[in-house]
Amino acid sequence: MSAASISSDKIVSMPSSPPVAQVQAANEAGPAVAPARPSEPRTPLSEILLAVFKAVFPPVAGIALLIAVWALLAAKGGSIPGPLAVWDAAKVLFADPFYNNGPNDMGIGWNVLSSLQRVGIGFGFAALVGIPLGFIIGRFAFMNAMFDPVISLLRPVSPLAWLPIGLLVFKQADPAATWTIFICSIWPMIINTAVGVQRVPQDYMNVARVLDLDEWKIVTKILFPSVLPYMLTGIRLSIGTAWLVIVAAEMLTGGVGIGFWVWDEWNNLKVEHIIIAIFIIGIVGLLLEQALLLLARRFSYGNS
Amino acid sequence: MSKKTIVKVEDAGMSFDTKKGKFIALRNIDLNIAEGEFVSLIGHSGCGKSTLLNLIAGLTLPTAGSLICDGREIAGPGPERAVVFQNHSLLPWLTCFENVLLAVERVFGKKEGKGKLKARAEAALEMVHMSHALQKYPHEISGGMKQRVGIARAFAMEPKILLMDEPFGALDALTRASLQDELNGVMEKTGATVVMVTHDVDEAVLLSDRIVMMTNGPAATIGEILPVNLARPRDRLALAHDRDFVDCRAALLEFLYQKQVKKAA
Repeated sequence: MSAASISSDKIVSMPSSPPVAQVQAANEAGPAVAPARPSEPRTPLSEILLAVFKAVFPPVAGIALLIAVWALLAAKGGSIPGPLAVWDAAKVLFADPFYNNGPNDMGIGWNVLSSLQRVGIGFGFAALVGIPLGFIIGRFAFMNAMFDPVISLLRPVSPLAWLPIGLLVFKQADPAATWTIFICSIWPMIINTAVGVQRVPQDYMNVARVLDLDEWKIVTKILFPSVLPYMLTGIRLSIGTAWLVIVAAEMLTGGVGIGFWVWDEWNNLKVEHIIIAIFIIGIVGLLLEQALLLLARRFSYGNS
Repeated sequence: MSKKTIVKVEDAGMSFDTKKGKFIALRNIDLNIAEGEFVSLIGHSGCGKSTLLNLIAGLTLPTAGSLICDGREIAGPGPERAVVFQNHSLLPWLTCFENVLLAVERVFGKKEGKGKLKARAEAALEMVHMSHALQKYPHEISGGMKQRVGIARAFAMEPKILLMDEPFGALDALTRASLQDELNGVMEKTGATVVMVTHDVDEAVLLSDRIVMMTNGPAATIGEILPVNLARPRDRLALAHDRDFVDCRAALLEFLYQKQVKKAA
């Protein structure tokens, strides 16, 4: 147990640089493919191939390097299984992802889904509380001054420190894990929403004043659309953190979930499965991030 | 002029509290604006002309004197005093049509049905020749077009007075000229009352019935008021050689560059 909490702390403090690298890769891919559009039909085939090569080669080379380093370490180190051993184990594992042999032996699919469910519920409650609170804090200077010290005090606390409180209140492991997700998700949402509200351009507020709009119209027609990009950033940060925290929380609480599964496979000494879990956690996190980036792009209103 | 006074500014002053003490921006402003009149405020930058406009708009409240619009003290902004902002201030998440409709709904929403409101918004956009861009978003159209939509939004509210804060200041000279002509046309159709802040001498003479020349700040006030007695409709080509036009222009230049020389900042 104690070893788990130490490792979980490291997980929580991990910076968000890997997703940023992914974003950059995605951005580079965009313009590189652009010449292939029908608007420029005369692009020679060699240029298209070059563009595809430029877009595809670097990420592929990066992944290949990762696997090569891993294979090298496995060949030297002994106890770490190499890529081939893990690949074989993965084939067996993914052949039947949704089997159910009781609560302590369920397919990998169930484990991932129940982790996602906890993240979804905890995050959902955090959004329900955090976004309105962010609006209030951003809109009223008094509320800002009032909540600022509270948020500053509580935000740096590892969400896992709240786990015992959750266990005490809910008397069950499952809602306690969801509770830690709630705690870690709420801060980015409150802060980003509040900042967004404070940064609504004065021009727009002057329009609202000249039109003498009522508070409801101000919120729906001016504040909400103006704050939305900030809010989506908050949501993205929240989901990212939540996905980091859930693994650690589940290691502590047990039950069904990807974090518990990692710990369980460690107890079973199935190191291949732990490596598979690392890949799964990474891929799911990446997909969540990309989906939210896509959503954010939909709601950015040009540069006007 | 026997027409009724829309806005009455009486001994208005505006000062701000700063770290170095009180900063007086405006003092002793007396100005009456009659119905249907086009008044320009001109002066060097920092002379408080925008501040005076904001006082009339109600966006800021005076620290001395009083401002009265249509018999009532101005205590805050309101749709009967529509503002065309320098940087258009269209909401980027609404189309041109929706931007205008938002204003129309606020003013006429309680009295009129949906169809009538839409017709009003469309008519206002047609007046500034923007019917082709009803469903475009602000970032999809040029700066001049945005300003047209901003003007349409203000006119659609059928305000008692239209306040324009350097409405064409951010546009290139050619676009500015075509928008000035358009504004002249709209003025003739609607007979609107307008107060416009400008630093463009030609623009002031071309559009105004009276030009209010402001002295340099701090503690700026009205220096002179120049009546422009040019017949309407006004044609910029014909006016270029018109005696009265040239005289008005000269009077303004004399005030700005002889009597109120701005020391290089």
